[in-house]
Amino acid sequence: MMGVEFVALSLTPILIGVCVAVACALPGNFLLLRRQALIGDAISHVVLPGIVVAFLLTGVVATGSMLLGAAGAAVLSVIAIDLIRRLGRIEAGAAMGVVFTAMFAGGVLLLERSDTSSVHLDVEHALFGNLESLIWLDARGWSSLLDPAALSGLPVELPRMAVALVVVTAFLWLFWRPLALSTFDEGFARGLGMPTGPLGLALVVVSAIAAVAAFDAVGSIIVIAMFICPPAAARMMTNRLGHQMVWSAAFAAFSAIIGYVLAGYGPIWIGASASVSAAGMIATVSGVILGVAAVAGPHRAKAS
Amino acid sequence: MLADALLLQLGYNATLVTIGACLLGIAAGVAGTFLFLRKRALVSDAISHATLPGVGLAFILMVGMGGDGRSLFGLLVGAGFSAAIGLLCVHWLTTRTRLGEDAAIGAVLSVFFGFGIVILTVIQTMNAGRQAGLEGFLLGSTAGMLRGDAILLAVSATLVLLLVLILRRPLELAAFDPGYAQATGWSMGRIDLAMMGIVLVVTVVGLKVVGLILIVALLIVPAVTARFWTERAGHVVIIAGFVGGVSGYVGAAISAIAPALPTGPIVVLVGFTMFLVSLLLSPGRGVLASVLMHWRYQRRVHMRQGLLALAQGQPIFETLTHRLLRRAGLILPDGVPTSDGQAAAAKALLDETRWSIVRADQSFAAAATRYDGLTAIETVLTPDQLNEVDARIKAPEVVT
Amino acid sequence: MNISLVTDRTASNESARMASPLAIRGMTVSYGQNPAVFSVDVTVRAGAMTAIVGPNGAGKSTLLKATLQVIKPLAGTVSVFGKPLAQMRDRIAYVPQRASVDWDFPTRVIDVVLMGMYRQLGLLGRVRRHHHEAAMASLTRVGMADFATRQIGQLSGGQQQRVFLARALAQEADIYVLDEPFAGVDAATEKAIIAVLKELRDAGRTVLAVHHDLVTVPEYFDDVVLLNTQVVAAGPVAEVFTDANLQATYGGRLTTARIDPESVAG
Repeated sequence: MMGVEFVALSLTPILIGVCVAVACALPGNFLLLRRQALIGDAISHVVLPGIVVAFLLTGVVATGSMLLGAAGAAVLSVIAIDLIRRLGRIEAGAAMGVVFTAMFAGGVLLLERSDTSSVHLDVEHALFGNLESLIWLDARGWSSLLDPAALSGLPVELPRMAVALVVVTAFLWLFWRPLALSTFDEGFARGLGMPTGPLGLALVVVSAIAAVAAFDAVGSIIVIAMFICPPAAARMMTNRLGHQMVWSAAFAAFSAIIGYVLAGYGPIWIGASASVSAAGMIATVSGVILGVAAVAGPHRAKAS
Repeated sequence: MLADALLLQLGYNATLVTIGACLLGIAAGVAGTFLFLRKRALVSDAISHATLPGVGLAFILMVGMGGDGRSLFGLLVGAGFSAAIGLLCVHWLTTRTRLGEDAAIGAVLSVFFGFGIVILTVIQTMNAGRQAGLEGFLLGSTAGMLRGDAILLAVSATLVLLLVLILRRPLELAAFDPGYAQATGWSMGRIDLAMMGIVLVVTVVGLKVVGLILIVALLIVPAVTARFWTERAGHVVIIAGFVGGVSGYVGAAISAIAPALPTGPIVVLVGFTMFLVSLLLSPGRGVLASVLMHWRYQRRVHMRQGLLALAQGQPIFETLTHRLLRRAGLILPDGVPTSDGQAAAAKALLDETRWSIVRADQSFAAAATRYDGLTAIETVLTPDQLNEVDARIKAPEVVT
Repeated sequence: MNISLVTDRTASNESARMASPLAIRGMTVSYGQNPAVFSVDVTVRAGAMTAIVGPNGAGKSTLLKATLQVIKPLAGTVSVFGKPLAQMRDRIAYVPQRASVDWDFPTRVIDVVLMGMYRQLGLLGRVRRHHHEAAMASLTRVGMADFATRQIGQLSGGQQQRVFLARALAQEADIYVLDEPFAGVDAATEKAIIAVLKELRDAGRTVLAVHHDLVTVPEYFDDVVLLNTQVVAAGPVAEVFTDANLQATYGGRLTTARIDPESVAG
């Protein structure tokens, strides 16, 4: 299992999975603390119409335009949610439910009505992705990691996801202090003259970038699970924000690796022939981690 | 074609499905209103996503017992079981850990859905699984429904609607006046349980029509739409039921003539269209009305403050105030009041002075509550009362 | 009956305004169509402790928030030592209502105080020893040094309020703006907080606080602003804090105002 076959068939999906999981879990910590956990859910739904509209406008499947379309859809949805919440004096959850379902429904119908059969855009792909297919055909074993020719044959999703992870990490590192402050005490932050509105929007946009980059590779189900489960489990392990980030990244990476291995090799171990959905299994593992943390985490309950 | 569909001319099955979807929509709209008013709208999203593992496992179980696994009733029973487990998980995470309900909802919906996907991939490897058609549960598919399934849908939608109507009283009480409900001996826990039970049943019945990803919209959109049209809680329920019913009816009818498209998105978009119209055009809360009102109000405030500043010989600092006074011909470009301006300023100052006396005097308490800084006092007090107020103003204070 | 007209809009007040550490002019805030605060002018006296007093719903907190641009006013300008607020934010330390934040946030007491030093630290500045020492000094002043490494969720209401005050102290500002600093705190904390505020005043700093307990106004404060949507009266406590003015501010509600529910809320 650890030989040539592993490097070619499993190494890149696992690495991509880890990048996706960590890139989503890190901003997820802030979304969780801002009681915006479901924004991750909303974003991953509106990514679909964003990508479809971008594709219909440009006619090609290009990372740049799709990324723009999806990020645009995410920002649009956040603005729409806010507008509905304020004008109708309607609770954020309900406003969110209206916006993301409508946009997702629009995306599905657009997709079904238009000729996207030539490209790999379909609803099920959008939901579950196809992590297992992101194999590294040029790999001839571990030594290929040092071979430029073989490296050029890496699936594009890997460098793309790595870049997304770097962008997310850089944003959180750079704006760590304002984010922590405005999440804890928005009134005080505004009193300091901090632009908390744009900052909150930036957090959503960065989350959207992670979601969009991940979406293409792994589908939206991992994205939602990784936005919420690792940070939620991490919150129950520690009472310090910095430590929570580290825990969440560790849980996310662990979910990705164990989930992929279980999906690919688990059925074989119990005597079945084919593998099961890696995306689904990764989400499931993250849920099991959350369950364990909720039962046994040292800081699982409120102090009072 | 569409007219035929809307007039139920597309045959017995399609008619049953359309009527069933309409009844389901009414039930969902009404049940969703209670959920919405209890501020727990998105719990239904967790419930609906949590149905997927149940659908998959029910299929496997039925195949294991020798059937073809496609019995809609069996699949829905499985869906109900796993949705109930998901609901319990949300409840447990919110009450026993420090997680908020939003995080609990997100965790349950993603994990259950992910696990459901794992089970679907297992089913795909089974011989019987290749034509299982379980994908229809994701986004709904009503076109070409079997006779038995159509009857099941229509009957269960009717039953759900009856259930909602029977339980309407306690639910209304809990949603509109929890304090009173508790005081009169209702247990909020029980009522919430009943509400979640109804939502669960609506979700399960709606799976085949709207699909588990979008059924949350059928519960939320009608209530939110209704909220734009009325301030009266009782009316929200009725309007929401209407919006839900129309969504279900029209959505299913359109789906009947467009069998290639999944039903769920159509139903959702019909409802959303009604929502969008309400958002933009409803009087009071609509975007158009709100923007206009705020615009007018801001101008009145600036005008009033500008006049008060003029009356007291103060410079005007804010550009908007300056521009408004200029445009009304009350000041000259250099800020000096015109004669009209002086008159208007004196009037504003007198008004404000009268108000300050009224607000300070307990015997005017009723009139004082009408104060908003803008209402002319003559519209609130009688001439006799005005004279009484004026008698207390020291003349020099008014003119300075 | 002596009722001061709307506000102090006479031209002679203009110079006082320019010199004031905090001058609010024409502040109007509305939620929907109802003004919470209408056309309020307040000129805070330098080196004094000023209370904003008024019945529930009089717009006290709203006025404070709008003054610091925490919420957006419909109209109004704010000047700090004669300059626009935006240029002078580092001169102001704001203590929001304790209940406005989620105390379950995963952070320690010392980290909350360090948040107050955001301007000194900037985006990426490292917390050096002198920052840490300054934060500890602030905690010592409010008697919370022993709690520095506690998780904030474990604090009592009074302790939370002291931490908030310590965070403001760490800002080393000239003007301290506090929203209901004594709401729901124990007697010992109230004493400790008022002692710190008086120290600040005696060191030449300016204090502006929303206050709900009429009984303690003369004891705690130098100046008072009586607010009920508009300013009813403003000035030194000895001159302004009269029965007539209070009657005018509270109307028939004076008796109920004395048992303000905020003062007993936990």
